[in-house]
Amino acid sequence: MLDFLGCESLDQLFDTVAEPLRFNGSLKLDKAYSEPDLLTKMTEISNENHTVDELVCFAGGGAYDHDIPAVTKALASRSEFVTAYTPYQPEVSQGILQALFEFQTFISRITGLDVANSSLYDGATALTEAVNMAASFTKRSVLFISDGINPAWREVLTTFTRGTSLTIVNFPLKDGITDWEASPPGYSESEQPPAGLVVGYPNYLGCLEELSVARKIATSLGAALIVAFDPIAMGILKTPGEWGGDIAVAEGQSLGIPLSFGGPYLGLIACKAQYMRYLPGRIVGQSKDVYGKKAYVTTLRAREQDIRREKASSNICTNQTLMAITAAIQLSWLGTVGFKELALRCAAAAKYTKQLLLNIHGVEPMVSSPTFREFALKVPLDPELLLERLIGEGFLGGIPLGKEGILIALTEKRTRGEIDAFAQAFEKALKR
Amino acid sequence: MKQREVITPAEDDIPKSSGGNGSSAPLLGSLAEPTIFELSKPGRRAFSFRSTNIPEYSLDELVPPQHLPEKQLRLVEVSERDIVAHFTRLSMRQYGVDVGVYPLGSCTMKYNPKVCDTVASLSGLTNMHPASDPKLSQGWLKILLCLEEAICEITGMDSATLQPSAGASAELTGLLIMKAWHSSKTTGFFEKGRGYETRHKVLIPDSSHGTNPASVALSGYDIVTVPSNSKGLIDIEALKSLLGDDIAGIMLTNPNTLGLFEEEIAQIAEMVHEVGGLLYYDGANLNAILGVTRPGDMGFDIVHTNLHKTFATPHGGGGPGAAPLAVTSRLAPFLPGPRPYRLDNGSYGWTTPAQSIGRVHSWHGNALVVARAWAYILLNGPKGLKQVSQAAVLNANWLKKSLQDTYDVPYDNFCMHEFVLSCETLKKAKGLSALDVAKCLLQKGFHPPTIYFPLIVHEALMIEPTETESLETLKELSQALKDIARATPEEFGSAPSTTVVQRVDEVQAARSPLLTWDAVSNAAIGQDTRNA
Repeated sequence: MLDFLGCESLDQLFDTVAEPLRFNGSLKLDKAYSEPDLLTKMTEISNENHTVDELVCFAGGGAYDHDIPAVTKALASRSEFVTAYTPYQPEVSQGILQALFEFQTFISRITGLDVANSSLYDGATALTEAVNMAASFTKRSVLFISDGINPAWREVLTTFTRGTSLTIVNFPLKDGITDWEASPPGYSESEQPPAGLVVGYPNYLGCLEELSVARKIATSLGAALIVAFDPIAMGILKTPGEWGGDIAVAEGQSLGIPLSFGGPYLGLIACKAQYMRYLPGRIVGQSKDVYGKKAYVTTLRAREQDIRREKASSNICTNQTLMAITAAIQLSWLGTVGFKELALRCAAAAKYTKQLLLNIHGVEPMVSSPTFREFALKVPLDPELLLERLIGEGFLGGIPLGKEGILIALTEKRTRGEIDAFAQAFEKALKR
Repeated sequence: MKQREVITPAEDDIPKSSGGNGSSAPLLGSLAEPTIFELSKPGRRAFSFRSTNIPEYSLDELVPPQHLPEKQLRLVEVSERDIVAHFTRLSMRQYGVDVGVYPLGSCTMKYNPKVCDTVASLSGLTNMHPASDPKLSQGWLKILLCLEEAICEITGMDSATLQPSAGASAELTGLLIMKAWHSSKTTGFFEKGRGYETRHKVLIPDSSHGTNPASVALSGYDIVTVPSNSKGLIDIEALKSLLGDDIAGIMLTNPNTLGLFEEEIAQIAEMVHEVGGLLYYDGANLNAILGVTRPGDMGFDIVHTNLHKTFATPHGGGGPGAAPLAVTSRLAPFLPGPRPYRLDNGSYGWTTPAQSIGRVHSWHGNALVVARAWAYILLNGPKGLKQVSQAAVLNANWLKKSLQDTYDVPYDNFCMHEFVLSCETLKKAKGLSALDVAKCLLQKGFHPPTIYFPLIVHEALMIEPTETESLETLKELSQALKDIARATPEEFGSAPSTTVVQRVDEVQAARSPLLTWDAVSNAAIGQDTRNA
């Protein structure tokens, strides 16, 4: 090949790299591992983790320990899906395009909204993109956000609004539910009205917000109602669409994606039809080919960065397609009946666990509002210490909430035996 | 050009009820695959839940009445067999690297070693809750830190964050770090908005990726475009005229999107630094220079790396990716946190930098993608990584030279890992466009290259063969491209005819968007809300 190029050495191909810039010597990295040696090393390192196989998981906070069926794992690891690029050539990408079209349909149905895109990075970035949509739609730059939104998501939103000059106004919780009547410091009503209201359903403490109140306020202010929802809850609760939400966002990890130490996960976003042309990221539409045959294709491309460049509504390019396909498979597997059954099982497990834990002396509900599958408890011990003791008993006991509370999450995976043992360990840890 | 007889079925012929009809799989036919919603039959089930012995509660005991849905939510009712057949057939209607060569310029569609899949499916990695105490997640913290250190060594930088999920996310993160740095210089604290800032411009070459200007816009900076010269490189004189104390920085891809190394990069870095600006390195093309030269040594201050390109983590049909963002030590205090670090006793923990711009991910980034990339780096070692780049550059140059008498070569120099050809002459001569070339390649069994990018080349074909393709594959791809250049308008106009669908009407798709199956069925029964 070098002869064909008239070159004497490989180095000659890099002649345009000036000598002072050349990296001479060897990168300080381990020398190459063989495949078996690599697997031995990686298995050893992974064994240093204490997973949910070892500790019974009651932690949530945006990442949930669900069972994942063999069928979801098997189909989502088909190498045609795994090793494909973005479906820019529709003739040879009908598989992914159709799977994403079906994903969009599922997300539209579980949100009760007209359209969904084909995924964003995670829940936090989905929230950020929804806020940007509302700001572009209303041409306003103030945002009302509930303190009941996941704190990590609020931090991501704050980070990214350093560029977009958005003013964020935080509304506190009152007994677990957003107090929209509160007067947040640093904002007076004479200022610009908000582009949107952001509220969780259920919120970070697991509470069911009164979305009809948020809807009324959003309507009176001409603002968009943005609902951050738990997809699993949609099996038994009203959808964001039924509540009159304009944009809905979620973390889709619960839909067949392993915990994976936090990623890759799946950002979900859906909206009413009038917001469609403000949706970020890739969207798949059904069309026809030149012979009139049904065909899918990425559409509304004129919104995207590779075409509009600095005028694009979002910079997103790579997304989480493989996770979206996973979710479509998982939702097919659950089906209409299983989706509702799953939500019921999570809610029932949470109710049972909450009752048991509240029987323990000194344990109180942090707030009294109704919850779905996650709830906050006030505990008479430093939460960090309590959780450490629970680890000693074989439990990932939850997520600390400040200095006096913990957040506990349930999924369909927890058995009565595990929950009973957890309650016993909880009591023991508090007494010690 | 060989043409297979095309049988186009009427919509009515499409099987709508059977999970077992394989007519949509290319080895049996080319019928459309019904949607999963059309396969739905009342009473079918796939789910199964573990027995828990938890007492049963009625819906009313679990949900207050005002929260109960008024409408019954419908998904589908299908059997496991239906699901497996449907998604397997869909996968058979999808091209991937595992099927064949995928020479998309700038996208780096190289073969993804299977052992990295095995690593990413280790239960010690997949079954780890992200909120776990560091005492429980020492293995994960070690992997994250080791990848961070490897990336810093390869790019010549000092510290990195692994949180950005993809290149565009890293770009915005890097620009916000740039902003925080300048703010710390001028006022000593970070302030939102840009009213007080004197540095408000970011320079971007006209050959850049679309994400660059989109990210700059979202960071609140103004975009100033730097023209390329006749060699396809930054026009130094033009750059000089644009530099001043209002410049926050410059974003560059090197090698650039034309596959050319910016030869004057050291001088460019000096010029930008002289006016107080910072240099951002878009790592989309880092795979060309592993172990050959390092962005840090070129003078870059902020560098992102696309693990899904350079380090062979699979693209998943558009994602997930991951894009660690590395910086020089003076910018490290601004990195997103928390970051993994090594304690004196050899164990690992989390720390958040003093002036951190804040999180850019819900948790710790796309951790499993990071684990795959580290496995790939270990698999190759320092020598192997250099060979990756050498072979990528060799393959690209061979393919370029083999085609230089057939297509226009806008920039005639040794290329790096990719190169750009143009169909401009062929378009004028007989109407053969870049799109036609792409569609003809499909007919011949190859995935096409990137087309119509970069924007500064008309009728561009941007080709990146990658290091994982053999000389035999390059020869066949080259021959196919030569044959296409000789095709008659009748031949190239009808391509592709062998794929499961042919050229798709994109105009109709955008004009009357049908984005869900429900929109399609509503339209079919006359409730056309598409233009509402």
